[in-house]
Amino acid sequence: MSKKHNYDAIVVGGGHNGLVNGAYLAKAGLKTLILERRHLVGGAAITEELLPGFHFTTFSYALSLLRPEVIHELELTKHGFMPLLMPTSFAPGWDGEYLVLGKDHNENLREIARLSPRDADAYEQYDHDMARVCQAIKPLLDTIPPNLQSKDPEELARLAALGAYLRDLEPRVLHNAVRLLTGSAADFLDDYFESPLLKGFLASSAIIGSKLGPMSQGSGLVLLYHNIGEHDGAFGTWAFHKGGNGGFTQVLARAAEAFGAEIRLEAPVVAVTTKNGKATGVTLEDGTEFDAKVVVSALDPRRTFLELVDPRELPTDLVEDIDRFRFQGTSAKVNFALDGIPRFPALGDRWDMFRGFTNIGPSMEYLERAYDDAKYGWYSARPYIDGAVQSTIDPDMAPPGKHVMSCFIQYAPYHLRESDWDTERDRFGDTVQATLESFFPGFGDLVIHREVVTPLDIERVVGLSEGNIFAGEFLAPQMFFFRPAPGWNQYRTPIKGYYQCGSGTHPGGCVMGAPGRLASQQILGDLKK
Amino acid sequence: MIRTTPFHERVSAANETGLWSHWAGYLVAEKYQVAEKFEYFAIRNSAGVFDTSPLYKYRIHGRDAESFLAGVLARDIRTCRPGRAQYTIWCDDRGFVLEDGVIFRHSTDEFHLTAARPNLAYLGDLVGRRQVIIEDVSDHYAALAVQGPKSREILAALAPEVADLPYFRLVTSKVWDVPVTISRTGYTGDLGYEIWTPADDAVRVWDAVMDAGAGRGIIPFGQIALLMARIEAGLLLIDVDFESSRFAWNDHHRSTPIELGLGWMFRTIDGDDRAFIGKEAIRRELAGGTSRWSTVGLVVDWEEHDRRYRDAGLIAPKDHVPVPYEMMLYDHKHRRVGYATSFMYSPVLQRHVGIARVRPKLARPGTRVNLEVTIDHRYEMVGAEVARLPLYNPARKTA
Repeated sequence: MSKKHNYDAIVVGGGHNGLVNGAYLAKAGLKTLILERRHLVGGAAITEELLPGFHFTTFSYALSLLRPEVIHELELTKHGFMPLLMPTSFAPGWDGEYLVLGKDHNENLREIARLSPRDADAYEQYDHDMARVCQAIKPLLDTIPPNLQSKDPEELARLAALGAYLRDLEPRVLHNAVRLLTGSAADFLDDYFESPLLKGFLASSAIIGSKLGPMSQGSGLVLLYHNIGEHDGAFGTWAFHKGGNGGFTQVLARAAEAFGAEIRLEAPVVAVTTKNGKATGVTLEDGTEFDAKVVVSALDPRRTFLELVDPRELPTDLVEDIDRFRFQGTSAKVNFALDGIPRFPALGDRWDMFRGFTNIGPSMEYLERAYDDAKYGWYSARPYIDGAVQSTIDPDMAPPGKHVMSCFIQYAPYHLRESDWDTERDRFGDTVQATLESFFPGFGDLVIHREVVTPLDIERVVGLSEGNIFAGEFLAPQMFFFRPAPGWNQYRTPIKGYYQCGSGTHPGGCVMGAPGRLASQQILGDLKK
Repeated sequence: MIRTTPFHERVSAANETGLWSHWAGYLVAEKYQVAEKFEYFAIRNSAGVFDTSPLYKYRIHGRDAESFLAGVLARDIRTCRPGRAQYTIWCDDRGFVLEDGVIFRHSTDEFHLTAARPNLAYLGDLVGRRQVIIEDVSDHYAALAVQGPKSREILAALAPEVADLPYFRLVTSKVWDVPVTISRTGYTGDLGYEIWTPADDAVRVWDAVMDAGAGRGIIPFGQIALLMARIEAGLLLIDVDFESSRFAWNDHHRSTPIELGLGWMFRTIDGDDRAFIGKEAIRRELAGGTSRWSTVGLVVDWEEHDRRYRDAGLIAPKDHVPVPYEMMLYDHKHRRVGYATSFMYSPVLQRHVGIARVRPKLARPGTRVNLEVTIDHRYEMVGAEVARLPLYNPARKTA
């Protein structure tokens, strides 16, 4: 084997967590190689010019939870990190009802009062209560969770420290946290609000990426995650990165390379090689081998444990735990190139409300009924849509006067009953477009191009099992101590030198970069031992 | 009664907030939209227009205009050929800064000077027997700054001469049928231009620019966004980062150009055959190393900043609106070593940043100082590093 194929660390997968992890390892001085199967890095966070001048965020489309530590420690602003502000959020309702929220708190209260006067101050209370919970939970996102199974005194001390931390929280904050982490978003929101449109708008954050309805127990956790992003000092705010999320992962790649990491594209890894229970390197599809004492998988848990290595090398319990780890992707994307900006008749020629998320989920019942279809193996007849006309924020996304609109869709269950996604692609696209048409008459006339991205496409193109956008469901039994499996929540694997750093590890997806960062801490700590 | 600028008809229609401030006796928009940060990102990511008409503008012409200005302005105007512009200052005879401005040279003996304050009497009194005419043409011209990465393509569509106009050059052109001067200047530290147009035609120029920028993200931006951009760009502001020596009550409120970080203007002072006002004092200061301050950039330690607030149970504030007060700087022995004159949270740098004065021995980039903040109504120290100005300096600014 030639010497040039020797590395200190190899990261399998050039998604955002692989890039973050590789950048940290390179920054620490390891000779690091990041291997990406496709012709571009980014994983699910890519931007593609599918039509001349029109740039699509094919999959992931906005930023909020990216850890500030990652921004600073990897010096991302030097490489073009630019999270553009989304000044509005828009929730169209039925019969011309609507909600437009902006950046003036008091103006927002007036807007909410238009729907329900009592919801205005309830909103202030909700906002404050949610921020308190976010502030309490946030440190858990930025630390390696304790290992519940370990009797190592260090681990016991960490467990005790966690207990002390929770004990010191204000009782009401802790209780709200537990209500969110285990309960339903609907119950939580019903305690505050009466306006169906406002509740639909807020509850939408509780279902994104998850096979849950807002009335399902457990949806509160998803709601909490989507509010915990702390962008420029405010919880629950989202930004649109210059050039889309692909623009963001290009920034990460430049940062990783600046620290000395090497990135190889079109380099699909088929196996992690091992010897005597230790990782020794990787083998590519074309047979090329690379040696390294540290191999990090940025892929999801199923691929990390059941495909890249021989499951027979792993404890049976772990294999079973990974087998029953829930993916059940339920999200799709339909991306549009538009000839102009959509119109919402009740607002006449106004279009400023499209400079952020456009939330098609006019009530919790709408969302729950959309979920009902998915429960029984079909996509929603009236889907939930999170739209973003990104070209209103970043004019480079589309030619002057034209627009791109990213639409995140739920529900689109990976397993369709008595059909398959390649058969249903166009009908599904039509369903989404018809839903948009019902809110924005004339929408169809604006469509220049339509890209339908099914859960099967997400799996095939990105490699996320069953198309789950979080690399594994956000369910309490799959979080923190148990992500991805009891005893293996600290980025290590039973194979010495083989690590995991993808969104299937703590704290999960949402383009946080935290798994990649925390995994690097574990790896570098182990190397020092 | 407060006056309105020649763009007012358009500016007032565009201002959705009803928030205005007074600048040099004119009504100017604080911000046009609720989210001033959105306006700021237009400067950094697409294009924004700013009504900069309230600047004082002087036409200085005549056979002796050059030699007159060579003796008044600290930077050597003789190196500024026709078609070029210079950022400059003028000082008193003790070497303290009076004001700063931009001088535009239209021809051998025709100049325009912009200033933040009235200077007609001051300049006029210095003319003596020279053949120089100084006119206040402030009301004759409107000025529209078009700033941001897309400013070039937008303006080039109206005036092709702009396409290859270098940094700090100017060109006469027409926007639609309006005769204008376009300079590659601005106060944002980004790629940008300023259009100088006869006041009566201002609205047509506004319309032409907005029309050319349609679909390219062009929006008007107000004072707040401008002040954010100028801090990142390390551009000084009178009455914030320094005061005019003419109106200062004591020397604590006066600054020399060296102290303001403008020493680069005097690299050739020893071979400079001009006798400009303040020259001897500046030379003495340079030779003796007697400067009291250095003006530097300041970048706050994000980790310590966030931790201090978190430990207090608070969310660390990240407010991009520049603060209207000075913030004190200390060394590790808690001795006061300077103060920040401008301070904000920078969205493109993702850090709290400022323009500050420190004792010259602390001016080296990377030097650690402590910034005084208030947390829970108590003074606390947060670490910060001295940094080079400008803090944000995209290649496109001069490219």
